[in-house]
Amino acid sequence: MTGRPLAVLLPVASPAPRSFPKLTLVHCVGIVGALALVGGAAHAQGAPAAPSAFEVIFKWSPLLLQGFLFNVAISLLAMTLGTVAGLALGLAQIGTNRPLARVAWAATQFFRNAPWLVLLFFAMFMIPFQFRIFGYVIPFPDWVKAVIGFSLPVMANVSEILRGAVRSLPSGQWEAAESLAFSRRQTLWRIILPQCVKRMLPPWMNLYSLVTMATVQASIVGVSEMLTLTSEVHAAEGGRPELLAPLYGFAMLCFFLYCYPIGRLTQRLERRFNVKS
Amino acid sequence: MDALAEWFRTLYETTGVNLTIVYDAYDRQRFVSGLGMTIYLSTASVLISIVIGAVGAWAQGSPLRLLRGLVNGFVVVFRNTPPLVQIFFFYFGLSPLLPYVEDMDGMRAPLFSNVQWAIISLSLFAGAFNVEIFRSGIEAVPRSTIEAVESLGYGRLGVYLHVVLPLALRVCLPALNNNLVNLLKTTTLAYAIAVPETLYVSKQIWTDSQNVPTMMIVLLLVYVGLVGVLVWIMHRWERRLAIPGYGQGAAR
Repeated sequence: MTGRPLAVLLPVASPAPRSFPKLTLVHCVGIVGALALVGGAAHAQGAPAAPSAFEVIFKWSPLLLQGFLFNVAISLLAMTLGTVAGLALGLAQIGTNRPLARVAWAATQFFRNAPWLVLLFFAMFMIPFQFRIFGYVIPFPDWVKAVIGFSLPVMANVSEILRGAVRSLPSGQWEAAESLAFSRRQTLWRIILPQCVKRMLPPWMNLYSLVTMATVQASIVGVSEMLTLTSEVHAAEGGRPELLAPLYGFAMLCFFLYCYPIGRLTQRLERRFNVKS
Repeated sequence: MDALAEWFRTLYETTGVNLTIVYDAYDRQRFVSGLGMTIYLSTASVLISIVIGAVGAWAQGSPLRLLRGLVNGFVVVFRNTPPLVQIFFFYFGLSPLLPYVEDMDGMRAPLFSNVQWAIISLSLFAGAFNVEIFRSGIEAVPRSTIEAVESLGYGRLGVYLHVVLPLALRVCLPALNNNLVNLLKTTTLAYAIAVPETLYVSKQIWTDSQNVPTMMIVLLLVYVGLVGVLVWIMHRWERRLAIPGYGQGAAR
């Protein structure tokens, strides 16, 4: 994309826009203001004797935050499992074994293009609730199945990130290694992959934040994580409809406070590494 | 048609592959309407989210600080919170706070139905990403081009609509393409607020007919197929809009 200047357009700096606007004090005031507005509106509609939305959230926040930690745990496990499987799939994809590479490519595309929720359903319904190996019964509770369900799309995305990183390296790297009598395996492990780590880190972190935000979908299939607890709290407080907006607002706030710093860090790393994806 | 149905019935009896959506008229009708709902949801939210993206990117370049701050806040919030919680927030949280309207029978009905809320929240979610995507495209339009257009007497809106946006769109199409595929996949979340889309009707069908594994495979294939169609359309559009000699347009 270098070369002569273009008449109408500048060369694209980075095709995938990752940067997002910086959060300033003004935004914080705006967000808090919006929350207060929703909470206030809810309060105004509530019966005078009923506790306000803030009191309800404050009262139940230990339980809700515990639920949130469970979400984070699911996301971390799914990310670990998915990354390990995805690296294997990605290596198969760039390998020299043609049939294996084709199969790995097909699997990657398939799991990347299927919706997360459908894959979650898939894992929930298709994995038995326990396994029997040599007389031992290994139970598979719902949340373990959810972890597997989330790790399927993670696997496909990691595989694609790895392939993209390997392909983004200039072919001169391969040729130079070959001229130094490195074997293919040595080239891959000692020269190509170490350089890929840097390129893979920002998209990998992006993916992690997506996984974290996807974990709430587990509530649809009956894992009692934060969103399930939120609706239970709502029921426990008498099911007042005006409480729902503040409660879900609180859930949004938790995820925002967790994911926003990750996003900022990703952006910083991207700029530092100056990676062109 | 009858012969086909008969063949699938025999398939079930001989192999246990129970494709009720082919031979059972009721299931078929349900599945097709679910598919239609998914296509309706995605088409509506794709179009609205593109409009949100274009308008938001325009507002980001506005001289008003407040407007820029609002758009940035919108983008940051919608990008960093789970889409499912957004849908719940809108449908369960915001809907009761809005005024009610009278429907055709004179009954009290919420302002927006669940399908409409699904479209609204999905569009806002994807729109927040589109704002950033369009902005990256706008950054690729050189200052001198804009100056040249301004010297022809265009106003700020005119410059944006007639020159900047058409050029930016071509630059950011690959990223937009990605995001719209994501949006199509996100429409499954409408399941949670009982919008009868493909996943929802499939669940009904497998509950009634006890054919979970078969329907699961069908469901996965249907979605991969839908994504395939969307990618194909977007690629055609990308090729149509490619600027000769620019970027990957020439290579392909």
